[in-house]
Amino acid sequence: MDLSFSPEEEAFRAEVREWVASALPPHLAEKAAVDAHFSMDEVMEWHKVLAAKGWIAPHWPEAVGGPGWSVTQRFIFTEELETAGTPQLSPFGLSMVGPLLIQFGTAAQKERYLPKILSGEEVWCQGYSEPGSGSDLASLRTEAKDEGDHFLVNGQKTWTTYAQYADWIFCLVRTNSTVKQQAGISFLLIDMKTEGVTVKPMLTSGHTPAFCDTFFDNVKVPKENVVGKIDQGWTMAKALLGHERTLIAAVGQCGRAIQRVKRIAQNETLDGKPLLEDPLFRAKIARLEIQLEAHRMANLRTLAGAQLGHAPGPESSILKLRGSEILQQALELQMEAMGQNALSWFNEPGVVPPDEEWVASVFNYTRATTIYGGSNEIQKNIIAKLILGLPQPGKA
Amino acid sequence: MDLSLTEDQKMIRETAATFVKKESPVERSRKLRDTDLGHDAAVYRQMGELGWLGLPLPEHVGGFGGSMVDAAILLEEFGKTLVPEPYLASVVLGGMAVAHGASTAQQQELLGPMVEGDSVLALGWAERGSRYDASAIEARAEKRGDAWSITGEKVWVLGGHAADHLVVSAKTGAGVSLFHVAAGAKGLDVTTVKTMDGRKAATLRLEGAEGALLGDEGAAGPVLDHVLDKAAAAACAEGVGVANAVLWMTVEYLKTRKQFGVPIGIFQALQHRAVDMFVQTELLKGTSILANAKCESTDPVERAQAVSAAKAQLSTGGFFVVAQGTQLHGGVGVTDEHDISLYFKRMRALMALFGDEEHHVARYMTLPSFTEGI
Repeated sequence: MDLSFSPEEEAFRAEVREWVASALPPHLAEKAAVDAHFSMDEVMEWHKVLAAKGWIAPHWPEAVGGPGWSVTQRFIFTEELETAGTPQLSPFGLSMVGPLLIQFGTAAQKERYLPKILSGEEVWCQGYSEPGSGSDLASLRTEAKDEGDHFLVNGQKTWTTYAQYADWIFCLVRTNSTVKQQAGISFLLIDMKTEGVTVKPMLTSGHTPAFCDTFFDNVKVPKENVVGKIDQGWTMAKALLGHERTLIAAVGQCGRAIQRVKRIAQNETLDGKPLLEDPLFRAKIARLEIQLEAHRMANLRTLAGAQLGHAPGPESSILKLRGSEILQQALELQMEAMGQNALSWFNEPGVVPPDEEWVASVFNYTRATTIYGGSNEIQKNIIAKLILGLPQPGKA
Repeated sequence: MDLSLTEDQKMIRETAATFVKKESPVERSRKLRDTDLGHDAAVYRQMGELGWLGLPLPEHVGGFGGSMVDAAILLEEFGKTLVPEPYLASVVLGGMAVAHGASTAQQQELLGPMVEGDSVLALGWAERGSRYDASAIEARAEKRGDAWSITGEKVWVLGGHAADHLVVSAKTGAGVSLFHVAAGAKGLDVTTVKTMDGRKAATLRLEGAEGALLGDEGAAGPVLDHVLDKAAAAACAEGVGVANAVLWMTVEYLKTRKQFGVPIGIFQALQHRAVDMFVQTELLKGTSILANAKCESTDPVERAQAVSAAKAQLSTGGFFVVAQGTQLHGGVGVTDEHDISLYFKRMRALMALFGDEEHHVARYMTLPSFTEGI
């Protein structure tokens, strides 16, 4: 057992840090400094910088464009990017459908889709949830009717984040309604430019564009766009979840958010002294940071398992639980540190210090972290069933 | 970075796991709590024969030259069945105080027999008014020829009632120093006290008791800091074992206890509580690994950061596990008859030792690392 990073790993960290500092375009660095919202154009601009460097898909095998890093290098890389506050890449291609295609796609599908995910030429979004199917995803009703050489898709997907910018959507659709719910679902790739696809964006509570409703009205989709076999979509969805879980710990993001709490508290005043020197408030920060230390170790332990050739299993649900909760608590403390400045909402510069300008927006949107990617309650159901082996309703 | 166990460490874990399962089930601990000694001297000697007592101690005293990471593997297993032998007291407190604070000759004299299982060591560092500050002591030592005369009182001396050799701290003109006092020394009174978790400790009253200075006069401050960090890390490792035992005992109960015609583990409120217990156990395990690895560091900041994080986690997460485990057991959870009450008590005792949550959060937030780079 050796808990320190090797000199090579430390050198790698320095290399990444240095490169990020020089490669992040100045207008993005300016926004990163205050954690402002990045537009999709800006996200894709950063995507292309990383792609040019060959660092866009650390978790992909080398044969399909990954850099061939160890798990520890991947951890360091992610932590460095998050700590620097670079734009968060759109995960739908890189971390969801990409790895799924690598695992289950046909040679033709890999060749068609993977290079454009890497280059950023094509943007993806996710069509899972429906108005009536959130946590109970298997009840989904968007239908793909077999029309011989193609499917005809009808229905509505919701929370299709960034659908307004997407070229492609991967969807779970019902292809068989005469069998058990999970057994009649297929995983389908749909070109957003197809006739009959309509997107209606909506604002998040943080007043940023992200969410959308996406409607399908007699949309023709070629049969070759199924990933895996027809009616095997639920298996695909579960495999995709496994890939998604490797990236959800948000350790660097949490660390950055706590640093911002400290910085705000350093500049806010209580009884003529920096708020950061108030033992009550300082202890709140310390307790949260200790939680983050514990979370970071949990993440490293999961990675160590992965390094030895294990796929991240249900225990990585812990990472989703803790990462999302700690991030929310950090934003709660940022708001608390601001006092009445927490009231500020998209004002002209100067109303509140630059460090505080975006806090209220991020604080609001961060409530989504315990909901998306399988709500935290669903994560707990997963752990209860798969790790603790507790009895399931209906099977007692 | 490599978090996997070495082949040697895997073997230690297997041997210890077999030992606690076959030779030291929790019933043994339950029986021993009514005895004067509180543990079994033969089992302690067996630990010496197995090489466990010398595991984290240097080779020149007959130890294995291992680290606290190795000792933590044992302690975690001990926690699973509440093994009562004074490992923490003799090896981590008394042993490490000698290893860090005494001359090579003194180390050989005191640690040599201990690692064989032939003697028990204990460390008296706390006093009635010191709380967790090892430097806030009243005990005094004066030089009398070659020896020292020590006067003062030491409380909650773990293993002190069973110890053959005591290490005590006392102030001299040069500051806090460590002294070796033999168990039968004139002027030393050892009173056995009972602890909440069914174990024993001692109050030491020294009235001109004769002792030998260990190491350099006035040099004990950093030594005690280091030893108490190791002891805190050791407490966390044992706490991981306690938490694990309680978690799985509770999960088993949820699967078998029936109410409303179904196993109660089917209810989501209880499932999610059990999951929260699992999460806290895993988080404690991670911080404990970190603390036991970093407590070997000679950099006090790096050490304090990891140890205080873990010890705080023991008090919050570790206590959550035993408290909720008790809750989910219902009425039987608060009977003396059910094992979970023994685990509950041990966890609470571990929390009280070597700094509670308040102490460690306060220390964590005053480290220079806390405000670095903001």
